[in-house]
Amino acid sequence: MLKDITLGQFFPGTTIVHRLDPRVKLVLTFVYITALFLAKGVLGYVLMALVLLTCSLLSKIGIKAILRGLKPIIIIILFTVVLNIFFIRGQTILFEYRFIVITREGLFTAAFMASRLLMLIIGTFLLTYTTSPIALTDGFEQMLSPLKKFRLPIHELAMMMSIALRFIPTLIEETDKIISAQKSRGADFESGGLIKRAKAILPLIIPLFISAFRRADELATAMESRCYNGGEGRTRMKVLHAEARDYIALACSAVVVTTVILLRGLAFGQI
Amino acid sequence: MALLKTEKLKHVYSIGTPFERAAINDVDFEVKQGEYLGVIGATGSGKSTFIQHLNGLMKPTSGHVFYDGRDIHESKSFTREIRFKVGLVFQYPEYQLFESTVFDDIAFGPKNMQLSESEISERVLEAAGFAGLSDKLLKKSPFELSGGEKRRAAIAGVIAMRPEVLILDEPTAGLDPKGRDEIIRNVKEYKVAHNATIIMVTHDMEEIARSVDRIVLFEQGKIALEGTPAQVFSKHELLNNLGLTAPKVALVADRLRAQGIHLPNDIYTITQMRKALSQFANGHKAGHELSVADLTPQPDAAKSMRGSDYA
Repeated sequence: MLKDITLGQFFPGTTIVHRLDPRVKLVLTFVYITALFLAKGVLGYVLMALVLLTCSLLSKIGIKAILRGLKPIIIIILFTVVLNIFFIRGQTILFEYRFIVITREGLFTAAFMASRLLMLIIGTFLLTYTTSPIALTDGFEQMLSPLKKFRLPIHELAMMMSIALRFIPTLIEETDKIISAQKSRGADFESGGLIKRAKAILPLIIPLFISAFRRADELATAMESRCYNGGEGRTRMKVLHAEARDYIALACSAVVVTTVILLRGLAFGQI
Repeated sequence: MALLKTEKLKHVYSIGTPFERAAINDVDFEVKQGEYLGVIGATGSGKSTFIQHLNGLMKPTSGHVFYDGRDIHESKSFTREIRFKVGLVFQYPEYQLFESTVFDDIAFGPKNMQLSESEISERVLEAAGFAGLSDKLLKKSPFELSGGEKRRAAIAGVIAMRPEVLILDEPTAGLDPKGRDEIIRNVKEYKVAHNATIIMVTHDMEEIARSVDRIVLFEQGKIALEGTPAQVFSKHELLNNLGLTAPKVALVADRLRAQGIHLPNDIYTITQMRKALSQFANGHKAGHELSVADLTPQPDAAKSMRGSDYA
């Protein structure tokens, strides 16, 4: 079922990771990604893996949920691994058969690329697993609010984002329902060639579009009847405050980045 | 023999996540050919999940569904066949309309059955007849129809497959009384014409009291109560605890009984009530027309009524 897709799904909780300020979490994720690309050599990767492990354990998100989230991107990772193994030509040849050459360097690069991708995705999942979409857009809006001075419609962008996020589950549910309804009338979405499948999708797409437009229209009316008129002079129910734990988290991330950079300089652990 | 039967049916949602929950649990159920069955239960009691198992849309986590003695998940082709034999009309089915004309939309099901052109158009016209859609409407776009017409067009889309079992999930929700009556009448006409089995999920107790042979009551994913309308509606307290109410007529009958007016037990429709009251009046003051005065409780009414001749 479509409902089982976890990409970007929020798991409510009360752990320290859940309670961090969303702005801080956004910054931390950004720092984490940067650090991941800065990391070099076995030690650097081990350090990043430890950081990720600590965060995952602290967030109490089960291993099952994390693995399930990885499902859709397994193919991309496999593709990267295969490409790297076969196309990176290094000095130490391990295996050779006609045009197929596998080298030590190729294997190493493939392993590093795969773990980098994995950690990248799990790390960003951790952000969306532990932060509600609303908190995330709130954080986004407040971080970018200085840009309002340049007349950028930051509030409107954030509102659009939160509405879009808010309606993903609704539309997924709706899609599920329409699929079921058309299947009940004998529609077949699973077999046949490309053209047949593309045609089979029409009975799904048309009702879905119509209902999306209807919902948008209803939402606009509902917002207007509650006098929504954009971001100007708007106050918020939840005002974000950074607390001690947020500063501690930021300090920790600074330490990690410094260590990663220092490890780069060490010859030890290089390929 | 039962036409459609379930055995220890269980369905668990979101296995392995914090949201894991059993929507239906250990449901043993059966329905005979030609039966008119009502399914009731509070929101979230598992009714909708349950009916989606009956035509093989959902696969049970454990347990089986049998159609005519065969497991419907026996083979892929049989599951597909079942879709046409067990027609399922979802809640708010008008949102599934998509074709450019009502005719084409109703023809979607029969087309998927790979019938001949002439057979398809015959079935569409028949289904449109049951649904009370005129020829003029058939040529229109489904999006030009009124709410009630859209609903009937969508139901016709399922009827056109000539299912032996027709399942309807709250077919009258959100319609005005006239639209409601029309749909119920259409369904009954189809049932009579094809000796079809009807399974209707509804919150409309009045409607259930009028039409169905048997009621199945769902509560937290299990069948909590099963029986004729008389049996089910006599359990007021249980119904109340589950957030449901017996038909208003049954409640009125109860109040009258409490006031000392002796009425038979199985009163839950207006017709039954009218009959019982006139019998009461006749027994009370033979030869008199029924009047309000007769129904005004008198101190000795209960006593004087005991042993009267109606049962």
